[in-house]
Amino acid sequence: MRTVYVDNNATTKVAPEVLEAMLPYFKELYGNPSSMHFFGGQVQKKINEAREQAADFLGAEPSEIVFTSCGTESDNSAIFGTLDSYPEKRHFVTSRVEHPAVMNVCTSLGRKGYRVTEVSVDREGRLDLDELRESLMDGTVLVSIMYANNETGVVFPIEEIGEIVKSRGIPFHTDAVQAAGKIPLNMKKSAVDMLSISGHKLHAPKGIGILYIRKGTKFSPFMIGGHQEKGRRGGTENVPYIIGLGKACEMAKRNLEDENTRVKALRDYLEIKILEKIPNTLVNGDRVHRLPNTVSVSFEYVEGESILLLLSDLGICASSGSACTSGSLEPSHVLRAMGVPFTAAHGSIRFSLSIYNTKEEMDYIIEHLPPIIQRLRDISPFWKDYLKSQGKG
Amino acid sequence: MWDYTEKVKDHFLNPRNVGEIENPDGSGEVGSLACGDALRLSFKLDENKRIREVKFKTFGCASAIASSSALTEIIKGMTLEEAEKVTNQDIANYLGGLPEEKMHCSVMGREALEVAIANYRGQKVEKEEFEIVCKCFGVTDREIIRAIRENNLKTVEQVTYYTKAGGGCAQCHPKIEAIIEKVRKEMEQEAPPVKEEKRRLTNIQKIKLIEETLGREIVPALKADGGDLELIDVEGNKVYVALRGKCSFCPSSGFTLKQYVESKLKEFVSEEIVVEEVRP
Repeated sequence: MRTVYVDNNATTKVAPEVLEAMLPYFKELYGNPSSMHFFGGQVQKKINEAREQAADFLGAEPSEIVFTSCGTESDNSAIFGTLDSYPEKRHFVTSRVEHPAVMNVCTSLGRKGYRVTEVSVDREGRLDLDELRESLMDGTVLVSIMYANNETGVVFPIEEIGEIVKSRGIPFHTDAVQAAGKIPLNMKKSAVDMLSISGHKLHAPKGIGILYIRKGTKFSPFMIGGHQEKGRRGGTENVPYIIGLGKACEMAKRNLEDENTRVKALRDYLEIKILEKIPNTLVNGDRVHRLPNTVSVSFEYVEGESILLLLSDLGICASSGSACTSGSLEPSHVLRAMGVPFTAAHGSIRFSLSIYNTKEEMDYIIEHLPPIIQRLRDISPFWKDYLKSQGKG
Repeated sequence: MWDYTEKVKDHFLNPRNVGEIENPDGSGEVGSLACGDALRLSFKLDENKRIREVKFKTFGCASAIASSSALTEIIKGMTLEEAEKVTNQDIANYLGGLPEEKMHCSVMGREALEVAIANYRGQKVEKEEFEIVCKCFGVTDREIIRAIRENNLKTVEQVTYYTKAGGGCAQCHPKIEAIIEKVRKEMEQEAPPVKEEKRRLTNIQKIKLIEETLGREIVPALKADGGDLELIDVEGNKVYVALRGKCSFCPSSGFTLKQYVESKLKEFVSEEIVVEEVRP
């Protein structure tokens, strides 16, 4: 069976060039970069190079890059590292649509006596900037707002948000796990203090991430140990993965244009064809301020897990914000925060593309998706009711 | 990915009896679009008052569709009195089991059947007569009590898996907990737990069980030390074995036999087992 992988917001394929760059550091070049001898020294050089590649990708200084084990660690470090630095401040601001790596930290902070404000989004998934402005106070310790949403691809105006937050002298963190590699990031001209990145969303392997920490930002290490990462993250460097991520950053910078032209065109093509061929379908989220690779669509009167399994049966890998796929009983918190009507929330499907997708693959999806939706609508008691109500039944 | 059985996959990919019967003898619908799943069931009886035809339409996930399809296959040909006795567990069993988180799909099947039968009899299942415990999913105390009783549920989490109650805002969790406690107390009083009596084994069963136990619990451990053990004979509760390999000349083999083999056989076969060693 062929595989059409359009779930790149979940994880991506490791680029062959990335794997190639990593392999020697599993085999002959196994030295510890902290060692005094030449054998460790040559590895240290390579780590420096990876740090430079990552810095170049983000428009940052190499000293501002901290390698972590994943996006979740980056988010946790940014939050706890800041909270620890300002123990007297007990108010935290975030959005209602964050990734669990931030959202569940907030829940836990709430239990520890912090006041947490979750800023709302509108029907299109856009952040309410007035509400954000009003939420800020002297006791606000940190604002953490994601760059782009993993489910809908909606991109928040991070610089505008950063200006608002910085004008009050409050530290600002953003989870850029979905944004990195898809839209340009330049920390030199940014109001962001801390930014999280995950390797496996940009064609590096799982198990490696970055926390960007702007020079001069107060930060207490979350992982306490050796002097590694300038004392900001203890633990022997994950050498092959750091080198792989460096390579992935270099490639991501080069592929940014392809991502915003060819990949975007493929996504638009897929979206338009789906809307054209399948009635009662809506796109979730702002279609203008959106990642070039993501589309979230809802098919009314059918349920997402059923769609996913039928797609999977044809080798098409996507994901859903429906209740059943997550193991919970309610649709995703993102769709609920946006107020997506319940006729559609349960039938949402996310397609997320990468540079490895082709037009032929989009055609394969476009060919097979309409009969799947029709088949499930024929089983659904509400579809016929709907047709009747429209005088078509 | 959910771990669905082949049977669930089959009934999801090839659902049986999809549709709506025109002028049915009985029909019922449970669930809603808001809840994320719904099932509409309709049936017709034959001259002997058996279910001749039954059809369903379902909005929901793979296990909801498969449970509906399974339900129609189970009740076809039954009288309503027989169909009434079908439990959600019967539906799950028919499918070779469902993931616990998805058991509510089988409960939905049973509930739709109940509503359809009531509809045939001209009765109405009035939700208003009962207290709605979970406001998010509109689940009544009656439904929760029934699920606890039929499926021997013990925790709030399980009640959520089986009825969806408590799966939303979680405000009703204390109420569900109180219901569980009350129902379990009632269940205990109705049927005080009886100590399970050891099965009486026939000789053949006993020998088979001894062989199995030796093979599973004892021989692998002995072999790891370069030894082995052979079953020579069984007389009543006396088990004759011979040690082989390294074990046969090991000075601590007496200890090995008494402490290890006998205790295992006592545990898995019968308390009365005595092990005797046969020397070459």
